[in-house]
Amino acid sequence: MTTSLSQAPASGAPRAYMLPSARRFLLWTGLVALLAWVLVPIYFVALGAFGGRTGVFRWPKSIWPSDLSVAPMMQFLNIEGVFNALMNSFIAAGLTVVFSILLGAPAGYALARYTFRGQNAYRLLVLLTRAFPLAILALPLTVSFIRIGLYDTPFGVSLIHTVLALPFAALVTQSLFMGIPREYEEAAWVFGCTRFQAFVKVVLPLALPGLAATAIFAFVISWNEVFAASILTVRERTLTAYLLKILSESPLHYRFAGGFILIIPSVLFIFAVRRYLFAVWGIASK
Amino acid sequence: MADIVIDHVVKDFGTFQALQDVSLVVEDGEFVALLGPSGCGKTTLLRIIAGLETQTAGRVVIGGRDVSGLTPRKRGLAMVFQNYAVFPHMTVFENVAFGLRMQKASTADVKRKVERAAALLHIDSYLDRYPAKLSGGQRQRVAVARALAVEPAVLLMDEPLSNLDALLRLEMRTELKAVLREAGTTTIYVTHDQTEAMGLADRIAVMYGGKIEQIGSPLEIYATPATRFVGGFIGSPPMNFIKVRCEQGIVRIGNITLPCPAGCEDMELGLRGEDAMIAADGSGIPFDVRVVEPMGSHLLLTGSINGQLARIVAPPTATINAGERVALKADPSRLTWIDSNTGRAVGRA
Ligand SMILES: Nc1ncnc2c1ncn2[C@@H]1O[C@H](COP(=O)(O)OP(=O)(O)OP(=O)(O)O)[C@@H](O)[C@H]1O
Ligand SMILES: [Mg+2]
Repeated sequence: MTTSLSQAPASGAPRAYMLPSARRFLLWTGLVALLAWVLVPIYFVALGAFGGRTGVFRWPKSIWPSDLSVAPMMQFLNIEGVFNALMNSFIAAGLTVVFSILLGAPAGYALARYTFRGQNAYRLLVLLTRAFPLAILALPLTVSFIRIGLYDTPFGVSLIHTVLALPFAALVTQSLFMGIPREYEEAAWVFGCTRFQAFVKVVLPLALPGLAATAIFAFVISWNEVFAASILTVRERTLTAYLLKILSESPLHYRFAGGFILIIPSVLFIFAVRRYLFAVWGIASK
Repeated sequence: MADIVIDHVVKDFGTFQALQDVSLVVEDGEFVALLGPSGCGKTTLLRIIAGLETQTAGRVVIGGRDVSGLTPRKRGLAMVFQNYAVFPHMTVFENVAFGLRMQKASTADVKRKVERAAALLHIDSYLDRYPAKLSGGQRQRVAVARALAVEPAVLLMDEPLSNLDALLRLEMRTELKAVLREAGTTTIYVTHDQTEAMGLADRIAVMYGGKIEQIGSPLEIYATPATRFVGGFIGSPPMNFIKVRCEQGIVRIGNITLPCPAGCEDMELGLRGEDAMIAADGSGIPFDVRVVEPMGSHLLLTGSINGQLARIVAPPTATINAGERVALKADPSRLTWIDSNTGRAVGRA
């Protein structure tokens, strides 16, 4: 601070001194507010989940946890079907991630790298899959799922969730691949790669951060989706759909436990792929 | 054997013709420079040879094998890209090793060849850095090292030294030339720096507007330009062109006459500034000096001949003042005669 003071012209010195600290103050308050916005509700949900029956109703609420115990959590997990639903949710979300990347990324790559007839129509079509309300499709879907044998399976649910996540996956990966100069691939070809090898060795590592973001999005879409999951399953519910059914008739601290369990996997998943969200090699060369 | 035959290659981008019927033969082990102004199609030609772009018509033959339909990796060549295309997610070492790894070279081999190429280009101290932490010139040298490391039979380079400072460029230029000659690499080298082309190349192909204007040794290109463009593009200062009328094989300028080749009337006399000598007796082409610039090794005179701009090089010791009129003499065999209508040189065997 002293150095910047001595360098600045005398009249402008106070302002030059004020500005950075004011800006820093804004930055930090912004950060704190944002963190609070996200973390405080999660914290209270966790308090409710672990605080037991009495903790939930105590007033005024204490910020600090008292008589914490995992017992309510365990009780909740022991409720008939919760564990099964949790597994179903993981399967459906996992498959949704796999399908949306496997189908969406090649579509995005094609949109980014090739010019073909009907390209714009195709792009529109990709978005149009979101134009039909699920509610209208629900009945025919249920009927045909029953017919094909997909009804009441997490696999069937993941197919519908893939449809929901796919437009996003295709369009995000398109701009992702457009941001990777074609010359990198061309250099790889010249130095002995097939198209596929060049994709795996050069494009994929560069695309990883964006693919991770796409994966997170697909995971969260599937994890939080209730409507399709409720309609297309009876016994093999996903957690979200199952909780919706049972929580309305459960005591409050169970609801908190359910909410907490709903939040945690998404957070963990984001945490797991966070490394890929930030380019580790600082792609500054364009 | 890795000679390159470019056989009547045409490239259209939509309605725009980037290459118009380009033919060029590069002998095995030869170093050919493609020289031309920005946008004349140099990169396009290189990319067609590499297989990164498909020609609209024509063939490319490398080492007697028609490669026109082959993918880049089957053409057995290496390339330095104009924008480097150094992989950002690999260290300098892995970048340079990339081609060798694809050839499944042994670890010891990779290490030896990478270190050799890196030493040559003075990048051996950054081998474990990522390209994002390199300067533009350093990145460019990584791109050159990556191409040299595979010891290719055919090497295509697109302005590989454009981003280096003058001193380093001079050094790299001589080292490149020595290494490529020793290895017998067939090289096509794109540049718009004429001194680079002159210094490096066995032959220079001057390109303009999607065509090759002239192919020849640096001296040929310099002394006997085939077109007005080549004369004006090569040399510093560029060749002077003076509009004259040729009547019965004779051209009159000032008080002298020069014999000129027959065939047309409206001609331009091409005169290199270095070829003109100041006549002591005052008889010759009249030159009105307007500006005198002492350059150290020579005097650069700017003025006019017959009212047309000209630049002449005089010895540093000459005493010439602005505003003077001097007479110029030149060896008739070093004059170039251009047909004004076609822009091509006439009267050459
Ligand atoms: N993909 C493309 N689509 C349309 N036009 C193109 C394409 N690539 C190149 N061109 C055009 O072809 C011409 C030749 O381009 P090229 O890149 O070969 O020039 P260059 O001689 O390498 O120039 P520079 O010295 O600036 O690199 C230019 O006019 C350019 O606009
Ligand atoms: Mg170019």
